[in-house]
Amino acid sequence: MALKIVKGSIDRMFDKNLQDLVRGIRNHKEDEAKYISTCIDEIKQELKQDNIAVKANAVCKLTYLQMLGYDVSWAAFNIVEVMSSSKFTYKRIGYLAASQCFHEGTDVIMLTTNQIRKDLSSPHQYDTGVALTGLSCFVTPDLARDLANDIMTLMSHTKPYIRKKAVLIMYKVFLKYPESLRPAFPRLKEKLEDPDPGVQSAAVNVICELARRNPKNYLSLAPLFFKLMTSSTNNWVLIKIIKLFGALTPLEPRLGKKLIEPLTNLIHSTSAMSLLYECVNTVIAVLISLSSGMPNHSASIQLCVQKLRILIEDSDQNLKYLGLLAMSKILKTHPKSVQSHKDLILQCLDDKDESIRLRALDLLYGMVSKKNLMEIVKKLMLHVDKAEGTTYRDELLTKIIDICSQSNYQYITNFEWYISILVELTRLEGTRHGHLIASQMLDVAIRVKAIRGFAVAQMATLLDNAHLLTGNTQRNGICEVLYAAAWICGEFSEHLEDPMQTLEAMLRPKVATLPGHIQAVYVQNAAKLFATVLRKHEGETDSHAAQETSQLLIDRLPLFVQSANLEVQERASCILQLVKYIQKLQQKKVEVAEEVTALFAGELNPVAPKAQKKVPVPEGLDLDAWINKPPSESESEDEKPKAVFAKEEPKHSRSRHTEVDEKELARRREARKREQANNPFYIKASPSSQKVYDAPGVEHIPVVQIDLSVPLKVPGMPMSDQYLKLEEERRQKEKAERKKEKKKKREKRGKERKADSGPESEEDIAPAHQVDIVTEEMPENALPSDDDDKDPNDPHKALDIDLDKYPTVHWFPVQKSSKHKKKKQKKEKEEKEKKKKKRHHHHHHHSNAGGEDSVQNGTVEEEEPLPPMSNYFLLAENSYIKMVYDIQGNHQDESKVVVSVIFENKSDSFLKSMEFNVLDSLNSKLQRPEGAGAHDSLTVPFQLPPGISNEAHFVFSVQSIVMPQKLKGTLTFIVKSDESSTHEKLDFKLHFTCTSYLITTPCYLYDAYAKLLESGDLKGSSLRLEGINMPFHHLLARICFHHHFSVVERIDSCASMYSRSIQGHHVCLLVKTSDQTVSIDAKCDEPSLLGNVLDEIKQTFSKC
Amino acid sequence: MIKAILIFNNHGKPRLSKFYEHYTEDTEQQIIRETFHLVSKRDENICNFLEGGLLIGGSDNKLIYRHYATLYFVFCVDSSESELGILDLIQVLVETLDKCFENVCELDLIFHVDKVHNILAEMVMGGMVLETNMSEIITQVEAQGKMEKSEAGITGAPARAVSAVKNMNLPEMPKNINIGDISIKVPNLPSFK
Repeated sequence: MALKIVKGSIDRMFDKNLQDLVRGIRNHKEDEAKYISTCIDEIKQELKQDNIAVKANAVCKLTYLQMLGYDVSWAAFNIVEVMSSSKFTYKRIGYLAASQCFHEGTDVIMLTTNQIRKDLSSPHQYDTGVALTGLSCFVTPDLARDLANDIMTLMSHTKPYIRKKAVLIMYKVFLKYPESLRPAFPRLKEKLEDPDPGVQSAAVNVICELARRNPKNYLSLAPLFFKLMTSSTNNWVLIKIIKLFGALTPLEPRLGKKLIEPLTNLIHSTSAMSLLYECVNTVIAVLISLSSGMPNHSASIQLCVQKLRILIEDSDQNLKYLGLLAMSKILKTHPKSVQSHKDLILQCLDDKDESIRLRALDLLYGMVSKKNLMEIVKKLMLHVDKAEGTTYRDELLTKIIDICSQSNYQYITNFEWYISILVELTRLEGTRHGHLIASQMLDVAIRVKAIRGFAVAQMATLLDNAHLLTGNTQRNGICEVLYAAAWICGEFSEHLEDPMQTLEAMLRPKVATLPGHIQAVYVQNAAKLFATVLRKHEGETDSHAAQETSQLLIDRLPLFVQSANLEVQERASCILQLVKYIQKLQQKKVEVAEEVTALFAGELNPVAPKAQKKVPVPEGLDLDAWINKPPSESESEDEKPKAVFAKEEPKHSRSRHTEVDEKELARRREARKREQANNPFYIKASPSSQKVYDAPGVEHIPVVQIDLSVPLKVPGMPMSDQYLKLEEERRQKEKAERKKEKKKKREKRGKERKADSGPESEEDIAPAHQVDIVTEEMPENALPSDDDDKDPNDPHKALDIDLDKYPTVHWFPVQKSSKHKKKKQKKEKEEKEKKKKKRHHHHHHHSNAGGEDSVQNGTVEEEEPLPPMSNYFLLAENSYIKMVYDIQGNHQDESKVVVSVIFENKSDSFLKSMEFNVLDSLNSKLQRPEGAGAHDSLTVPFQLPPGISNEAHFVFSVQSIVMPQKLKGTLTFIVKSDESSTHEKLDFKLHFTCTSYLITTPCYLYDAYAKLLESGDLKGSSLRLEGINMPFHHLLARICFHHHFSVVERIDSCASMYSRSIQGHHVCLLVKTSDQTVSIDAKCDEPSLLGNVLDEIKQTFSKC
Repeated sequence: MIKAILIFNNHGKPRLSKFYEHYTEDTEQQIIRETFHLVSKRDENICNFLEGGLLIGGSDNKLIYRHYATLYFVFCVDSSESELGILDLIQVLVETLDKCFENVCELDLIFHVDKVHNILAEMVMGGMVLETNMSEIITQVEAQGKMEKSEAGITGAPARAVSAVKNMNLPEMPKNINIGDISIKVPNLPSFK
């Protein structure tokens, strides 16, 4: 024996080990993939050998290859083998490999349960440790459920090394098996006060993770944590606790008040920056939660801001970054204390570190006021010019727009300035945010009426210089602004100085290179401009100019009529015809201007983005109910058109109530849908088209006519700076004026000025234009929005368990069970044990799709939880091995059944060379491979390491299925321990019941079932069962489960059931129950089969 | 929670990868590549936090990394971890490696990735920090090393000898390897006790 081992290890010397593999890969730089594939072939050979050392070496190499990106899941079973080695060295290799590549989808994981349980209870702490570490990476819901009790026990292990690992892994167990949280929680809480700091830290860690997701359930632990915080010296633990308090304070302001003092002390005393930083963070959280209730915490705020300033000024970039991060939190509630550090933050904008610049930008967003907006934006514009990477520049661009547009343009005092900023931004090359700028332009022009004249002038310039924007590439996102420019010029064309010129610019041939949706807007708005031009020239005696315009359109529009874009095409041809008609009228000297203008009359009001969502559902309207029967085929829905066009849509008149019968309606709807589906121009009506109201009262708000001390037209493009200068001058002038009229209160002004929530000093700054910002429209009775962003799939939701409710419950569901999944079936058997740990002697886990719904078809209502069931029956058992089996047929082959046998190794030795043999009868025969004799045995295709179980399938051919049958058989195997190996054998009897020839066949149509019963081909029989004391649905579930039936229909305490044999016999049952008596009337086309099945059903119920 | 720990060199070659959530091998490689791409283009003296959270999981996540000579140590963590705490933890990891390998360099990680995994397992378990005390970590690692040696016993000897010979026979070994000593400089953050 010893010789063999030495020989084995000499063989091993020439196998590649991990180092050789790494070295080899490094030496084959050119053909690495090829080299590795030969290595994998070698590894495959090594894995076939019996020597566990060779296997472990191979698995170790596979782990390395996995890191390089090679899929090694094919070796999963070998990994399990190595895991179950008794040597720590190999075990560790196995567990490492498993932790790197096992996951919930790995099917051999179910084979590991017993091995892991064994390792967990190993006398060697490192075996246990390695198992816990591995398990933490690949725990599945099944493993969590089956091992929760074992791990719970380990939480009280004598060795702290095990305790801390067991405590930590509980978090993973909770995540996978939330039911374990309640029973485990008392012990977890206990571990917060463990004498070992490592265990304590682990417990804090777990509770912090739990509390982060569902803080309210852990408020009751606050006193305990408070004690820990004041006593612990471990910075890591302190940080965790302080972070936890940060999550708890928003829920309990009283806690916050208590925390301020110890936290302040820590801030003053600690030298660890990490701790200091977390303290500051939590103080901020406390202050935020208190901000409403407590009057004065300015000292604490000052302390925080002051400490953060130190961090930001530090040369360490990490501290600078975190300082800015925390600062932004203070900003939300105490903007004033941050605003005084504006200098510092602006300085950070110049930092070479992009992360820091981005953080500083975030801060600036909250720091702007009416006073400093222009200045800050000017600084940002400088950065935009300097910025190198487009990502950062785009970030700057969005930030500028965010900053300016925040809270409904609250801080903008001069919209001319803002428009010119937007225009300046259009000169950025290659930005992705053209649409953003465009939507801002549209928004401002629509909502700020006073600015329209200026905006139109600017947009006209843009259109005129469109070649500058589109010069570069088609993909250039910036051309989106032309969309806005064209729309604004068209819609507010009355403000245009020279509409003719703009019209000309919009119809240049180059426009045809723009994206389709922009061209469409061009064409539509060219028509609006045309109307304006006509009106302008109407009064004049010389109609020449008007006719020239018509001719221009007639000349240019055909270009668009040829467009590949359907929208452009449609609009262009429509307008072309219109213009042609107008031209005719013009030639007849008919005045048309007014009618043409009427086409585009009416104000467009801005609609709030969420308006549609907020329309309340009228009482008694069920939106989910079908009005008519659903059409059989779902038709493709048209895409929703762009919002801008949706607004322009005329309102839909309410459909008249007509007395048409339902069929007619359905037919019409069908026809309409088809028509719409085939019509690409059809813009779908929004389901409840809103009435467009005039904003109530808008007209009554006095809009001050601006006394323009500022020349509107500034030639040359960059002009936003000039606004800044002018603004300053204006402010000074105003100040001076105010001094003059100090005592005279100007009534008019005072009335108009809105109540200003900003800082006091801001009141002095009167906006340059008193602007009227039209608020976006909302439907009447809009519902308050509660946008719940919570992800319904969040695994932590399941852990939201109120732990205080039943703190004393120690019941722990233990499922030491066997599960076998076959297509639709889940079978389980469960033993409930209370706390006491018992070694279980049942079969092993096979597979599980989760859930406890153990009945197929799901036809049984959930009234009471069903007792778990299993179809695996004991075949034979001795001290080495245990076999359980199940027999299943399938429809494909009417003469075959599959016997699934689970072999479980109960010994501490290795079981190998298992051979399975059965004495055939005339009727039933074991299917042996071709060429084998009729009495040869079949080799079981696996070996069993100690404690492992595995399943093998054997196919039997049967001729007649009307009678049950028993077959004798023998299993022989070799028991191999370190010292010896012995031959053993085990006899068994395979029982082929008639039930095993039945296959669950759902029968969905009651009609077909009734017809079958009426056909008269079936012969009847019946059965009475007395003293059945179980709910009816349990009874049905049992019949379904054990006898492969399905429920066709159930009415109260009466149910009809159906099944089919592999040879196509129909078996129908009518089950009725009253007072513990169950009567079963059965019908089948084969009376003896039926008789036997009924006997078996009777037996099933006599057992319970 | 720590979502992933990655160690790769200046060329993006992985030296250790530990994912605490399951990804396919391809995704893992992609994450390593992209992380390397993000981290490698950053200057030496800028902050060690990166909001590249979209690589792994949601926007709650951050990359926290340190660069030592030829190696990047990258931790992907969510918001429950303290940023500076994780930086300290990386420092503890590197110092522990330095103790266990005696002047650790990239070569040690290349040839003994299994040992690095075992050391890491004593510090982080299933994505949660298990131990931050360096001497405790080293004690446990060494005790397990001893067990391994005693198990190898006599039978291990020939294999070790052959391995030594193999190493001697390969003169190319130090040449084409970019050996960088990981210089251990304790930063100005006080470590854990």
